[in-house]
Amino acid sequence: MLENYFPVLMFMLVGLGFGLAPVILGRLLAPYRPDSEKNSPYECGFEAFEDARMKFDVRYYLIAILFILFDLEIAFLFPWATVFQEFIAAGEIAWFVFGSVMVFLAILVIGYIVEWKNGALDWE
Amino acid sequence: MEAMLQPVADFFGPSWTAIWTLLKIVAIIAPLMICVAYLTLAERKVIGYMQVRIGPNRVGPKGLLQPIADGMKLLFKEIIVPSGASKGLFILGPILAIAPSLAAWAVVPFDDGLVLADVNAGLLFLLAITSMEVYGVIVAGWASNSKYPFLGSMRAAAQMVSYEVSMGFALICVLLISASLNLTDIVMSQNEGRFADMGLGVLSWNWIPLFPMFVVYVISGIAETNRAPFDVVEGEAEVVAGHMVEYSGMTFALFFLAEYANMILVSILTSILFLGGWLSPVGFLPDGFHWLAVKTAFILLLFLWARATFPRFRYDHIMRLGWKVFIPVTLVWLFVVTVWMMSPLSIWS
Repeated sequence: MLENYFPVLMFMLVGLGFGLAPVILGRLLAPYRPDSEKNSPYECGFEAFEDARMKFDVRYYLIAILFILFDLEIAFLFPWATVFQEFIAAGEIAWFVFGSVMVFLAILVIGYIVEWKNGALDWE
Repeated sequence: MEAMLQPVADFFGPSWTAIWTLLKIVAIIAPLMICVAYLTLAERKVIGYMQVRIGPNRVGPKGLLQPIADGMKLLFKEIIVPSGASKGLFILGPILAIAPSLAAWAVVPFDDGLVLADVNAGLLFLLAITSMEVYGVIVAGWASNSKYPFLGSMRAAAQMVSYEVSMGFALICVLLISASLNLTDIVMSQNEGRFADMGLGVLSWNWIPLFPMFVVYVISGIAETNRAPFDVVEGEAEVVAGHMVEYSGMTFALFFLAEYANMILVSILTSILFLGGWLSPVGFLPDGFHWLAVKTAFILLLFLWARATFPRFRYDHIMRLGWKVFIPVTLVWLFVVTVWMMSPLSIWS
């Protein structure tokens, strides 16, 4: 079972190696003549006039938090979606499974409506 | 094949499994890189013809050697590391961008049984590994310590996670009706039903019962890969080139390769999940890899077509489309599919 995942692991390592190789190759083959003007941050020709790691809009955090909620929801739906047909085939319990997932989705939808009403999804 | 290689396997002993897997990985990556190279040329040619130009035609016959010339040029360009940058992370950024876009190919089936890792959680792996792509962009933007890359990567992160939600719901719907996370099973489940028995396979593929999901998936795929008209990440009028501003030479080339490899990945996944993968559209023609290639090429053409047709979206419009249009659509269709499956009219069993 688990040995099926060995090629996946190897592919990830090869992917990292594939990323590293051109960087090393470029460093070896290409010229390397740093100077302070060339290495200064790009700001349309001006001297950079403050640290670039500045304050940014709180809405980016909000989007990130909402994403975590929805993505978790999707992660929870994955196992249900995989076996739902078997429950339908089994008969009686199918409506119970259907109902519980609908309650689960309804809670998500209520939260989503609240977010929408409070303007968390607006980007004006 | 296996029997022929037996003497070689004996020679290498226990490390043979690793070597054989490595050879298979090379057999996937090498054609993929050729596809990426010629996709860049195809893009310039297609957009050229759509704008009544002829595109690049100087390097080699009809410009066919253009991608190789571009690659060579980038290889011999200096890799500039800005003095204010976090050096380690700055180099790590492009590597983190390319690694997941290659690793995802481990579970992609090219034909019945022609897959590197036939794992039973393929779809889950894809959802996980495509989520990793956002790290390359964020790390690059943060490590550059420059304003445009920083702003570009913030935008990219928010945009990519927003569209991932609707893509996830689309995957749930596919999962519901195919009842398997294995991509080969997902393709084979599209070969069942009344129309498939009549020899009209094209009507039994997932794109008909899941049509809204199909549309949402393709558009989210364009947004997820930061392609036009959703390319505010590198909107040159606003943030110059986004997270790639400070990158040069091969580090820039890696971002470029990752973007095009992702485009091909999203296209091949759309073909597998919604357009029946390698299945033939009509009964009297044989199934095979060529159908998958044709379908993938068609979706890729849609990507290029969209770029040549639509002006860039404004950022607040992108977020509105992702959160206020796609999520309600996907939730409603998830509900419809679930009820449809419970009803006597269900076409899946």
